[in-house]
Order: sequence, then C-alpha cells, then structure tokens
Amino acid sequence: MNQWKNFTKGFLKENPVFVLLLGMCPTLGTTGTAINGLGMGLATTFVLIMSNLVVSLIKNLIPDKVRIPAFIVVIATFVTIVEMVMQAYIPSLYESLGLFIPLIVVNCIVLGRAEAFASKNKVLSSVIDGAGIGLGFAFALTILGSVRELLGSGKIFNFTVYPENYGMLVFILAPGAFIALGYIIALINRLNKKNA
Amino acid sequence: MLLSLFGVTLIASAALGVVYGVTKEPIARAEANKQELALASVLPKYEKLGKVIKVLPVDGKDSIEIYPAYSADGEEIASAVKTYTYSGFSGFIEIMVGIDTEGEITGFQVLKHAETPGLGSKMNEWFSNAEKPSQNVIGRAFGDEEFTVYKDGGNVDAITAATITSRAFLDALNRAYRCLDKAWEADAQSGATNQIDDNQREDDAASSEQ
Repeated sequence: MNQWKNFTKGFLKENPVFVLLLGMCPTLGTTGTAINGLGMGLATTFVLIMSNLVVSLIKNLIPDKVRIPAFIVVIATFVTIVEMVMQAYIPSLYESLGLFIPLIVVNCIVLGRAEAFASKNKVLSSVIDGAGIGLGFAFALTILGSVRELLGSGKIFNFTVYPENYGMLVFILAPGAFIALGYIIALINRLNKKNA
Repeated sequence: MLLSLFGVTLIASAALGVVYGVTKEPIARAEANKQELALASVLPKYEKLGKVIKVLPVDGKDSIEIYPAYSADGEEIASAVKTYTYSGFSGFIEIMVGIDTEGEITGFQVLKHAETPGLGSKMNEWFSNAEKPSQNVIGRAFGDEEFTVYKDGGNVDAITAATITSRAFLDALNRAYRCLDKAWEADAQSGATNQIDDNQREDDAASSEQ
C-alpha cells in the first residue's frame, strides 16, 4: 500500500472519531478545551505508534490463542509509561485529563489497530498507520475541543476571542459535546461525499 | 503459549520498572513544586515555614494541615491551611487558604475539585474579585461570625447559578479557621502540639453543616 495514503487516511477518510466513530468516551470526556483535546490526542498517538510497532515486531512469536492478552499487556505498558512521564513533566495536563489517561488502555482504537492492522502488516506500515490514525484522533479531538471552548467560553487555547459571559455554557458540558460532535460529523460526511 | 505470554509480561514489567525509576524523582519534585507554588500564592511574603501541624476537625475524617509561616526575624506572620469539604456539587473540594495572625484571609487557591465547568469551577476568580467586595473574601477576617452566602442570610455573594458550590467553598474556609483557631488555643496553652481534637466546637460545626 502506498505509505502516504496509509498515513493520510486517518485524517478524513478513516478518521477514528468522525468516520469510524470509535473511542467516543475520551472524545466526549476530554474535549472541554482545545488544549485538553490535543493533549489527550497526542498521548493516544504515542501509545498507538509504540503498540503498533511492538505488536508488528512480535506478531510471529505470539500464538494466536493468547494474542489479545499479549497485545493488551503491550498497550497497558505504554499507557502506564505515558501516565508516569506526563505526571512528571506536565503535571497540569495530567491533572486535567485525570482518569482518561489510564483509560487509553481500553480505547478500542488502540486495540483495534493492533488487531486489525499491526498483527497483519510489516513494521514500517504499522508505525505509519499508528501515526496516521493517532494524529487523526488528535486532530479530531483538537477540532472538537476548539469548537466547544470557543462556543462555551469564548476562548481558543486559552486565548480570549470574546468575553466569557456571552458563551453558551452547554457546549462545555456533556450535552454540548454530543451536539458539536454531531454537526462536525455531518460536515465531514459532506466533505467525504464530495471527494468520493 | 505460556512461555510467550510470560516473556511479554516480563519485558513489560522490566520496561515499567525502568521508567518508574526515571520518573520517580521528577514526579516527587513536581508535587512538591505545586505545594510550594500554592503556599507562595496564598501567603504574604515569608522567610521560612514552620513544622506542619495536623488538626482533626470534628466533622471530617481527614486531618487538616496547617503550615505556619515566619518572617525573617522568626515571627509568625500567617498560616496556610490545607482544608477541604465534601459538600461540593460533585463532592470533594480541597482548598489552600492563607490566614494571618489577625484571622484575616491573605489568599486562597482551590487545589482539587470536580465542580461543573463554567459554573462552580469559577471559585478561584469569583471569590478573589477585588472589584466586587460582596463576593471577594480576600482581606476579610474570620470573626465571631462564620462565612455564609447571602441566600442563607450571610455575608458573601454566591457564584451565580452555583450556590451549592459556594456554600461548600465557604464551609471549607470556615473549617480551616476553626482548626487554626484550635491550634492557636492549644499552642497558647501547651506550646508545641501536633495532634489536636476539635471537640469544643462540636455544636458550632453541627449547626453550620445544615
């Protein structure tokens, strides 16, 4: 497969959030602000790249029967590493993401890519696939976070656009996440249809 | 099969052990740093901190920590109190509050909370707004009266649409002062004390909870 296509598919065509609708829990839970969405997306990207890399390396050593537990151990290891590193060097982000960091382990995007792609493909394309899907996920979370932060509190990346008092609070809360996500998915569907 | 699974977990745990060793110190430093920043932001300029005093409030299971701060000539100027409440809209709220020797609030910082974003989460800005004396608590003194919101016939303007959070916030402040007061009294009586029971104020505490 063309590696460039392999990389870019994660952004629009097979975007995990907007098209595949996977990993909805962190998507809705962490995108109250753009910076949180971006942080969560990048943490997931790192886990995706590393777990895809390791899974494609060990795929021939692992018997079929125990492949899921082995993959989960690999994923959980990288998630724990991310968690500890984040706690040590960016404690403020670690605090605002809270429980969602350890929950990357059960994010179905990560196990899904390990199972569906990395366990069947070569190392290089697995890493590129992980980077593409991961950055696509980060891209989606950042967009959703920016929209919610802008509509809810009048800011983007903590940069004030208009006074907070005019913001629609609902967009910061959970229902607003669903509303914003719905509209963005509609827009992406429209774009994908035009391209096809 | 067994061997490969064993190998995977073995390597994984070895990797985690290494990362744990590397990040252990930065994590501890980051936490200490956070504590220091919080102390510096709630206290007036101080030279050094005294020994931490722990006081168990009557209406809570966890101790409240008091950090006395001294000026260069060794005089106590204020204390930072790490206080908490469980009555927030989403439960637990932890606040660091600085109180000087006159009982006046020198500053505060919310350390931990899970209040509604955009409403209850505005505690830090709302209660320190210098332009609105009715909602600003900095510079106010704890006296015979405890802080309560206007709605309960009190003296502080609650956050718009977040009265429960505001009540919880003031509850934590009041608890801080009760414990600090207790520590002062014990200090005056017996010198250095570490663990003090807050029994005398039991009636006050019970009535303010309602």
